[in-house]
Amino acid sequence: MTGRTTSRRRRGKKGNTPGRARVSPILVFGALFGVVAFACSPPGGDVAQPGGGGEDDVIKAGLIAPLTGVAAAPGNDMVDGWNLYFKLNGTQFAGKKIETVTEDTAGDPATALNKTEQLLGRTGSDFIVGPALASSGLAIAGQISRQGVPFFLPVVSADDLTQRGRLPGVVRIAGWSSSQTTHAFGQWAYDQGYRRVVTLCTDYAFGHESCGGFVNTFTDAGGKVVKQLWQPLGTQDFGTYVAQIREADPDAVFVLTVGAESPRFVKAWSDFGLKNKIPLLGGETTLDQSLLRGMGGEATGLTSIGHFVEGRDSPATQRFVEAYQKEYGKLPSYYAAAMYTAAQWITQAIKEVGGDVSNTDAFLKAIRGVQLEDSALGPIRLDEYDNPVQNVYLRKVEKRDDGKLWNVPEQTFPQVSQFWKYEPQEFLDHPVYGREYQGNGVWPEPRK
Amino acid sequence: MSVDFFLTQTLNGLSFGGLLFLLASGFTLVFGLMRIVNLAHGAFYLVGGYIGFTTLLVTGNFWLAALVGAVAVAVLGTFVERVLLRPIRGQDMPEVLLTIGVAFVLGDLSLAIWGGDPVQLPIPGYLSGGVDLGVVSYPRFRIFVAVLGVAVGVALWFLQHRTRVGAIVRAGVDDREMIAALGVNIRLVFTGVFLFGAFLAGLSGVIGGTFLSLVPGADIEILLFALVVVILGGLGSLPGAAIGSALVGLIDSFARALVPELSFFTLFAPMAIVLVLRPHGLLGRR
Repeated sequence: MTGRTTSRRRRGKKGNTPGRARVSPILVFGALFGVVAFACSPPGGDVAQPGGGGEDDVIKAGLIAPLTGVAAAPGNDMVDGWNLYFKLNGTQFAGKKIETVTEDTAGDPATALNKTEQLLGRTGSDFIVGPALASSGLAIAGQISRQGVPFFLPVVSADDLTQRGRLPGVVRIAGWSSSQTTHAFGQWAYDQGYRRVVTLCTDYAFGHESCGGFVNTFTDAGGKVVKQLWQPLGTQDFGTYVAQIREADPDAVFVLTVGAESPRFVKAWSDFGLKNKIPLLGGETTLDQSLLRGMGGEATGLTSIGHFVEGRDSPATQRFVEAYQKEYGKLPSYYAAAMYTAAQWITQAIKEVGGDVSNTDAFLKAIRGVQLEDSALGPIRLDEYDNPVQNVYLRKVEKRDDGKLWNVPEQTFPQVSQFWKYEPQEFLDHPVYGREYQGNGVWPEPRK
Repeated sequence: MSVDFFLTQTLNGLSFGGLLFLLASGFTLVFGLMRIVNLAHGAFYLVGGYIGFTTLLVTGNFWLAALVGAVAVAVLGTFVERVLLRPIRGQDMPEVLLTIGVAFVLGDLSLAIWGGDPVQLPIPGYLSGGVDLGVVSYPRFRIFVAVLGVAVGVALWFLQHRTRVGAIVRAGVDDREMIAALGVNIRLVFTGVFLFGAFLAGLSGVIGGTFLSLVPGADIEILLFALVVVILGGLGSLPGAAIGSALVGLIDSFARALVPELSFFTLFAPMAIVLVLRPHGLLGRR
């Protein structure tokens, strides 16, 4: 068409570019991938405070979390929870001042590696705590462990970090393993009389492991999983999946979504009219407080499992929830609760070693000896594999008097281990839960 | 495959397609006239949704929120076009890079203002709930989105083919210099079209923010879909955007249900095939 002459004439000035409309799709995609790649490399994190004098009186905590990028919301909750503990309790413990240096991973493993290098080298952290995403946690665990620096993971829940892939000095204080909560959920679902269940979980390691925990105990009890759906991470439209669940017509559905998937799913669930028809059993991240903040009436009354429940009627939890709300104007998520509890845990160990964290073995021994009679998460201590033994809560979303949504406990499974009721060694002989291995029907016989 | 399943997935595809059309039509119009690949279009969507969300919190009126979100983004778009893009008019690379830059700035500003927690806009009561379609009940709002997509499409077609403004825009697409020589203020037309594209992006943000949620990163996710739509349909072609939207919506919906492992393959493979056979898209012009 005539547009071509125009283009050609304009192009004439610049010379050899071939047809513009022709170049554009390629240009567009090149540029878009540029955007995606660039989005993953963040601006620099907080500048480390120069050590200055009095190094001996300072304990340096290296905090690593995604403060920008897609996981920015949980990352900032983590930092808020950590800081809140020191705001309430001061930074002086056993004669030492705890100084926190925060670095931003932007949710990207490569960036996490670089920032960890800074925390280990230039900053000289005495220990590192964080991050939010398993991809980052797995990327940096080996690096930190090799340097002999203690690494604490209150949020990263990848099963094998405290199961088959343990590393020296990597301890999941105040944390959890993905299948720890859902093991209890599968058994509970069977006890409710559900026999045919559909699962819908995010198609990556955390989803596979969460789902595996549920499927394993549910089928072990005698239930049947009629369909397993896996949605790609970051799924926009859940209409397709909801329609498939409706078609399968199960007794209940187990759903594990993360981040923005959660409000999208809950909305679709309600829009398609399934909310009060098929019982919904949500994973911890599906109805975490960080996501309830953006939800409305469609979420009230929904059931989920979790190791933190903000409506738990106990002084330890409520003191934390109220202080957090006062400081930040919102209710705390599990990310905040985990980091707050981690700070409590670490400072208790620091007190026990008299402020001397230079002896890593003694410090880690003190860390492993900590038993919190009650914490924001409930009573909690470590097992021999460095994962907490803690309460798991069956939670229900309720509307508070101030109009905010929160989870309240319906039932407590006291002191649940990451191995549920299985023999640890026998459990570890099986592969970690994945898409190919959900433990279904073959438990507890080891699979070849 | 049951009737229930087929009907539901078709409606899913068409309602998602309706949203994609709202977004992609502005994108393709801007490209058709100005030859600018506006990679900030996704950010316009996100910002429009967020502004609509805040308006809705304050006023409680969904339609006002949609209007405010769309108008605010139109104003933003006017600024981007007049102040930022004008000095580098006609240079491919600087234009694309500038729009990427704008996308980043808007993304980070949104994170600073609205935080990173996903938010969703509540929909008016009379649009929520389901419609009984005999075999199956389907959410009313999603039907509304599909209808809105069609309505905007018809209105755009009417504007382009039955009004003087539309004639000028069509003429501008074909030959910008000639239309300028005929005494039409082509700069004003550029600004107008860019403003209108931004308006639609802002509106789609408010609509999309109801059943997809708004979150940092949603801008790039939705932009990817919009790009597939316009490349499939043909850059610059409105009917192409309509066909592309429906196709992408339907493919996405059925592929996720029938071959979930291949849902990205089934989205990009048709695009690749179309690009090989028809480098300018299904309805694109050379």
